[in-house]
Amino acid sequence: MSASTTTYPFTIIIGLEVHVQLKTNSKLFCGCSTSFGAPPNTNVCPVCLGLPGALPVLNQQAIDLAIETGLALNCSIPPMTKWDRKQYFYPDLPKGYQISQFDLPICADGALDITDPADPESKRRIGIIRAHLEEDAGKSMHDESAGVAESRIDLNRCGTPLLEIVSQPDMRSPAEAKEFLTELKLLLTHLGVSDCEMQEGSLRVDANINLHIDVDGKTAKTPIVEVKNMNSFRAVERALVYEIDRQYLVWTETGATIELNPKTTRGWDDAKEQTFAQREKEESADYRYFPDPDLLPLRIPESHIENIRAQLGELPAETRERLQTQYDIKLYDAEVIVNQGRELIAYYEAVSEHCGDGRRASAWIQQDVLRTMKERSLRITDFPISAASLGELLRRVSKNELDTTRARDVFAFLWEHPQESVDEAVAALGIKSVDHSEIDALCDELLAANPQVIDDVRAGKMQAVGMLIGQAKKKNPNANPQLVRETLLVKINGK
Amino acid sequence: MLDSVHEILRLQASGDATAVEIVRQSLDRIDAIQSALNPFTYIARNSAIAAATAIDRRRRAGEALGPLAGVPIAIKDVLCTRDMPTTCSSQMLKGFQPPYDATVVANLRAAGAVIIGKTNMDEFAMGASTETSVFGVTRNPWDLTKTPGGSSGGAAACVAAGCVPLSIGTDTGGSIRQPAAFCGITGLKPTYGRVSRFGLVAFASSLDQVGPMSWSVEETALLLQSIAGYEPRDSTSLNHPVPDYVAGIASYDVRGLRIGIIRDAVDSDGLGDDLRNALNQSVDVFKSLGAEVVDINLPNSEYAVPTYYVIAPCEASSNLSRYSGAHYGFRATNVDSKSPLGPLTATYCQSRDQGFGAEVKRRIMLGTYALSTGYYDAYYLKALKVRRLIRNDYDAAFSQVDLLLGPVTPTTAFKLGSKVDDPIQMYLGDLFTVGANLAGVPAISIPAGQDVDGLPVGIQLQAPALEESRLLLAAAAYQRATSHHTARPREFTGAAL
Repeated sequence: MSASTTTYPFTIIIGLEVHVQLKTNSKLFCGCSTSFGAPPNTNVCPVCLGLPGALPVLNQQAIDLAIETGLALNCSIPPMTKWDRKQYFYPDLPKGYQISQFDLPICADGALDITDPADPESKRRIGIIRAHLEEDAGKSMHDESAGVAESRIDLNRCGTPLLEIVSQPDMRSPAEAKEFLTELKLLLTHLGVSDCEMQEGSLRVDANINLHIDVDGKTAKTPIVEVKNMNSFRAVERALVYEIDRQYLVWTETGATIELNPKTTRGWDDAKEQTFAQREKEESADYRYFPDPDLLPLRIPESHIENIRAQLGELPAETRERLQTQYDIKLYDAEVIVNQGRELIAYYEAVSEHCGDGRRASAWIQQDVLRTMKERSLRITDFPISAASLGELLRRVSKNELDTTRARDVFAFLWEHPQESVDEAVAALGIKSVDHSEIDALCDELLAANPQVIDDVRAGKMQAVGMLIGQAKKKNPNANPQLVRETLLVKINGK
Repeated sequence: MLDSVHEILRLQASGDATAVEIVRQSLDRIDAIQSALNPFTYIARNSAIAAATAIDRRRRAGEALGPLAGVPIAIKDVLCTRDMPTTCSSQMLKGFQPPYDATVVANLRAAGAVIIGKTNMDEFAMGASTETSVFGVTRNPWDLTKTPGGSSGGAAACVAAGCVPLSIGTDTGGSIRQPAAFCGITGLKPTYGRVSRFGLVAFASSLDQVGPMSWSVEETALLLQSIAGYEPRDSTSLNHPVPDYVAGIASYDVRGLRIGIIRDAVDSDGLGDDLRNALNQSVDVFKSLGAEVVDINLPNSEYAVPTYYVIAPCEASSNLSRYSGAHYGFRATNVDSKSPLGPLTATYCQSRDQGFGAEVKRRIMLGTYALSTGYYDAYYLKALKVRRLIRNDYDAAFSQVDLLLGPVTPTTAFKLGSKVDDPIQMYLGDLFTVGANLAGVPAISIPAGQDVDGLPVGIQLQAPALEESRLLLAAAAYQRATSHHTARPREFTGAAL
């Protein structure tokens, strides 16, 4: 994508609106469960059904999760926030209005730093305009098969707390938009404020995009398009790529700009890989926002905000920095580890501390642990080899007490026998430490039997040593090949 | 007997009457007057007898009983009852039965009160004459050609007609106090937030308040005691201890109390002579009891009615959005499937057009307009600012006096049909009552005599927020010194009360 931005004769302007469901136990204004997948219309009560006389009561946990998210996004948390009604008629909105926040959102003026996809060593800062709390609507399911136009409503989701995070139009490529979403999801799942599962609807994205085209020193702006219905980050990226081409083509054909047509809404068809015009309302919707008289304005004491800030802990971006300096690993490796989440970071750090070699720990975790996890669909918390065991195993590799091949045997053994210690695994596999005098004797014996190798090596044919190492392995499986090689070379060159 | 809680409690305690006998008398009385007056939208014959039977059984078993055990009470049909319809006197909710009790209803059941039925009202509490009900008009027991007032007209009429000693009304702009005045009984609008709104079908959420209606201040206090209190399910409920209201009036001593008579209201051209005379006489009564009476003014009171008629419809337009025909209540069946609006919007439009009456639709349209882009600042926001000025007037007044004294209504009960087609005239009748709602303060209407036609006249006392005890004390002292609250409608004199 970065290539596109540099080759296209225009600037791409992208802003995102991300709805995330907050992981509260109960809904925003009633005690109903927020669990996903319950039978339709079972997690409901008079409040979220909008029955006459029912009144909303604010869920403090949602407030705290929103504050936590806002602080992690470098937002300011105003001392007072309030609730407004956004009014429209739809069957999945039983009150006829959604309780939301209009002019005093709970979080404002933040930013999220992302890796620049065009230059992984540098950062891009994406502004956050605001993040506000609101209640989710229910779900409408339309069955238009076989001529039965039937609609069903499930109100389980109705009243689930949503945090709508609105970015500045700071993204300049679809790849940046994808990176923003990836980093945001990492942050939110790290905090544990949301599951961010697009498939379950706990994270939803609307993308706003248009082009600023330089024409004879002036800027022509294409109409802003809000793209909806994207069900993965990949889909967001592809929809935006599609929109760039489409908007540029339309502009070259019609010259239509933002002055003529400020904003339209388009849906994303994942199968056809294209956006399509969605039916526009005849006139722009007037939501008639006004303060909800059933809820008092909410004053958030500074001390409360500071308490939450104090408990924020290390955020992913900070962890990435720290891992690089503390364990001497590369940015890429730190990213891989941090992207796996809190538990894997803890596992990695424990292994590194135990073995004293952060790079080795990183390599083993990326190659052996993550691969096994992926093959077996395991989470690190369910991984049978403890950090202490792996750390001990790698410590021995670092100390040349075990070679990598034997270490992998031990790893495989521990996978099968998670209750056994490294010592027990070593014993069970018949691995014995071989002391220097034994290696010495072994090398002398091999050189005596293969004098030609000495000449070959001295003539610069280093690979000749490999043959002797193979023989050494046969004679004594526990002989460390590296040690054998070093000993052989010393003896050859010393002779 | 049915006009006195104390008498009902005494008869049961002495064993001279059972709760079932009392409830049967109440039901008989309702049967006798219902067709003439129409105060009830629903009569809970079986459940009332069952509740009374349970009270009698518990009394025989020596169990502790609540303070209102065996006392029949009527509930305005705007409060949710899990075992009776809750209709708001609207086609939209005809037959609707909620799955839960309003907090007030639950509290009354816990206090042992026997819910005898639901009372008629203006549709969704929007009106001042109980003429916009889908169940037909309610008539005033003092004169069947007159309105009982509204919107709690059924609630006032059923007490005045001797059906029940207690009744629950709601007051958004005067809907307890004005019917109480028109029907010659006592009605209190408590401080906003003093009584839970949970289960009260919302008209204007920032103004609605539930309150007690009865003949006397003492029994009003007793009823308030059972319904007041903090309720975590209502975010606007006040978390403030509930004083002992009955004990608070025991002294009947108002010596040293400073009462401000609202001079502009008394001198208002719109105020009828009989009502002005009654007010002036009440000043003499308070003075004779040792209170100090001084003139006071609420400078922004002339803006109270216009302010109210912006804020209340704005909130109503939003609160009534839920009645769409989609989930519960009335749904139009004759929707044009080929409507250019599409089937969904057409269903909404037809259901709301047929389910709501003219006054409700008028207010929904007023509120929708005032909240629309381009009008919000000029109407809703400005009204909120004026509301603040009106509250400031009250704060300033209460820094000088302990209570405010003034009229409840400009006239006594008017003729049925005389204003129902003239909304402005109807709205102007709220002149003296909407201030207490806008300011959130408690206010009480008490009987203060009769006009030349023998129709009741009321006076109004208002107190600072949460000073219900002071309000009740002054009102009780007045009633002890006068006999206006003991007057009963002539038509019913000699009936088997």
